Amino acid sequence: MSDPTNAAGADAKDSFGSSPTTKRVVIGGEWRRVSAKYIGVELVGVALFGVVAIGATLVFALTKWFAEPLGWIAVGVAVVVTLVMFVVAPRRVRSIGYQLRDDDLLFRRGIMFHRVVSVPYGRMQLIDINRGPVARFLGLAELRFVTAAAATGVTIPGLPDADADSLRDALVSLAETRRAGL
Amino acid sequence: MTEPVTPPLPGGGDWLRLHPATPLLKGGIALIAVIGFVLANVRERLIEMFVGGPESGDLFDELNRRGHLGWAIAIVIGGLALGVVAFYLSWRMHTYRINDEAVEVRSGILFRTHRQARLDRIQGIAITRPFIARLFGAARLELSVAGQDAKVQLAYLRGSDVDRLRHDILLLASARRAEEGVAPLVTPSGAAGVPDAVGPDSIIGRRVTELLAPELDPQAAPPESVVRISPLRLAGSLLASGGTLVVLIIAIVLVIVTASGREIGFFFLLVPTFLGGVGYYARKVTRSLRFSIAATPDGVRVGYGLLTTSNDTLPPGRIHAIEVYQPLLWRPFDWWAIRINRAGHASSGSGSQPATTMLPVGTRSDVDKVLGLLLPGLASADTRHLILAGMVSSGATPGFAVDFVPAPRRGRWLRPFSWRRTGYALAGDAVLLRKGLVWRQLVAVPAARIQSIRIEQGPLARALDLCSLTLDTVAGPVSATLSVLDRAGSISAFDAISRAATTAGALEDSSRRPMGASSGGTRSADSHQQRPEDDR
Repeated sequence: MSDPTNAAGADAKDSFGSSPTTKRVVIGGEWRRVSAKYIGVELVGVALFGVVAIGATLVFALTKWFAEPLGWIAVGVAVVVTLVMFVVAPRRVRSIGYQLRDDDLLFRRGIMFHRVVSVPYGRMQLIDINRGPVARFLGLAELRFVTAAAATGVTIPGLPDADADSLRDALVSLAETRRAGL
Repeated sequence: MTEPVTPPLPGGGDWLRLHPATPLLKGGIALIAVIGFVLANVRERLIEMFVGGPESGDLFDELNRRGHLGWAIAIVIGGLALGVVAFYLSWRMHTYRINDEAVEVRSGILFRTHRQARLDRIQGIAITRPFIARLFGAARLELSVAGQDAKVQLAYLRGSDVDRLRHDILLLASARRAEEGVAPLVTPSGAAGVPDAVGPDSIIGRRVTELLAPELDPQAAPPESVVRISPLRLAGSLLASGGTLVVLIIAIVLVIVTASGREIGFFFLLVPTFLGGVGYYARKVTRSLRFSIAATPDGVRVGYGLLTTSNDTLPPGRIHAIEVYQPLLWRPFDWWAIRINRAGHASSGSGSQPATTMLPVGTRSDVDKVLGLLLPGLASADTRHLILAGMVSSGATPGFAVDFVPAPRRGRWLRPFSWRRTGYALAGDAVLLRKGLVWRQLVAVPAARIQSIRIEQGPLARALDLCSLTLDTVAGPVSATLSVLDRAGSISAFDAISRAATTAGALEDSSRRPMGASSGGTRSADSHQQRPEDDR
């Protein structure tokens, strides 16, 4: 994960959860990962969450809304959850991956609740590119692949701007050659 | 493919008008009723206000006495004339056109709208005949295309023309135009032209025959393909549904509480509950009575309704998922129901949702027939046993090459009852999912309609080396998810299904291409694929 522009290059040695006795869903192939800078976006999100959660529980604790120890326990829980999310954020970002296979786009994400989605290129209805404020500051974009099924939910975050555009063009041209109507 | 014979366009491709009674049917009747109601109620007040004196007798006498009668009549007639002119203008401005590529509708007096639906994007055509419209011999035609609120409504049309119009539109839209040619068009259009010339007394006779006519024209479909439901079985299925249990429990609770005498107020809850229950059943019954499903040359036709009749035609390949299911209480009777997912689900609009129920209740042979209509590829001999196995049995069915891949035994920790039935099978051009022990379900998804394939694993499933598999389709009542599958097995299934989805999609695409090249219309649709707003 040292190379920040990792999105375009593939890392063959995908060590993510592939020990021989794993019970994880592991699908082979060369997974491309999103930019390491995306960890920054995640961390900002976690920090915001932490500020809100800890602030709210602190207010409850200081105004003695609950019985005496309960308020402070809530604050403690909020702090612990925020810290865990901080620690896990890099791993969560590393779990996001995608593959452009011959006929379909493969997308995975999640540690605890892992998900792998395969979308044949021909099912594409449209592609969105979104940039949030933090991501824009870091030069990142988010690519959303929309099919006729709302549940597909393929959203690749943390792509460097140029990569997002070229990936979109590649996907559109792939979809064009393998088009199927609805 | 030979040189395609273009069927004559309805109305020669010109702008056409709707049924003259349209403004009345669309709300005019309600408006008149409201005005009448208001007038009847506030009449006394009006007299008092304008004329004064509670001792005044009849309105006209009073007006006459004061010499205002002329004015009053003038105002009433003026208002009526204004309304008539507005209705007439809205009717005149509401026109539609059908050409080789699209159906277009223009409407509105001040705010004009112009909506266009490409023929090759039509997901289904529904014809609805609301009861009052039936009295006028009018019907509503709805073309649904995929997308939120993206349907083109032609309301109202002459009832006798609608079926022919639908046939024409589907013929124009389908790739079969070369084989079908013009032949089936000539007779009905010729016949439809004649009755209009007949005098007024036969109009009543014609209305009566239309009202009494069977919902499905016997000539429209070969009778052996028609599935009907006897009203008795329908009533029985409703009584044996989960709704009955809920109603019964509520009724019993209320009766007990009332009888115990402490809270008399609960008695007043009984009446609305009773009325609500009756309304629920009445709605279900009138929606499902006279149900029929049949194969017509244009696609699968589903018709239903007693007073308000509707029928819906699905062109081939517009069905995204099928579910055969059996609630627990239906099991002693061996009854089954079928519902589907389809694109173009209208989220707005009152009661005009496209039908997703393909069989409200039926026996096993009915299910066989309907599945044969919906997915002809599935009903072939070598996959027929799969349907039966998917409906009733659990575990493996020995002796066949293609079988359900069952869930492993360790799935019982998460699904103590249904793990035994959980399983999937790849049968030709469809994927079959079997699940549910109490509420038996068999889901079939045509491979060409799968939008994406998803594999998911939570922490509990990981500990048990399991995962869940989902086939995403367009939104609808059917969800194609299996939850406790063997991890290694489902990874290979994931690959196999995504390959099947791709090849099925490509196959369909290549079979559609030649037609696109010959008509020119679909070609341009291809290049607009990435812009859904063009589909309107």
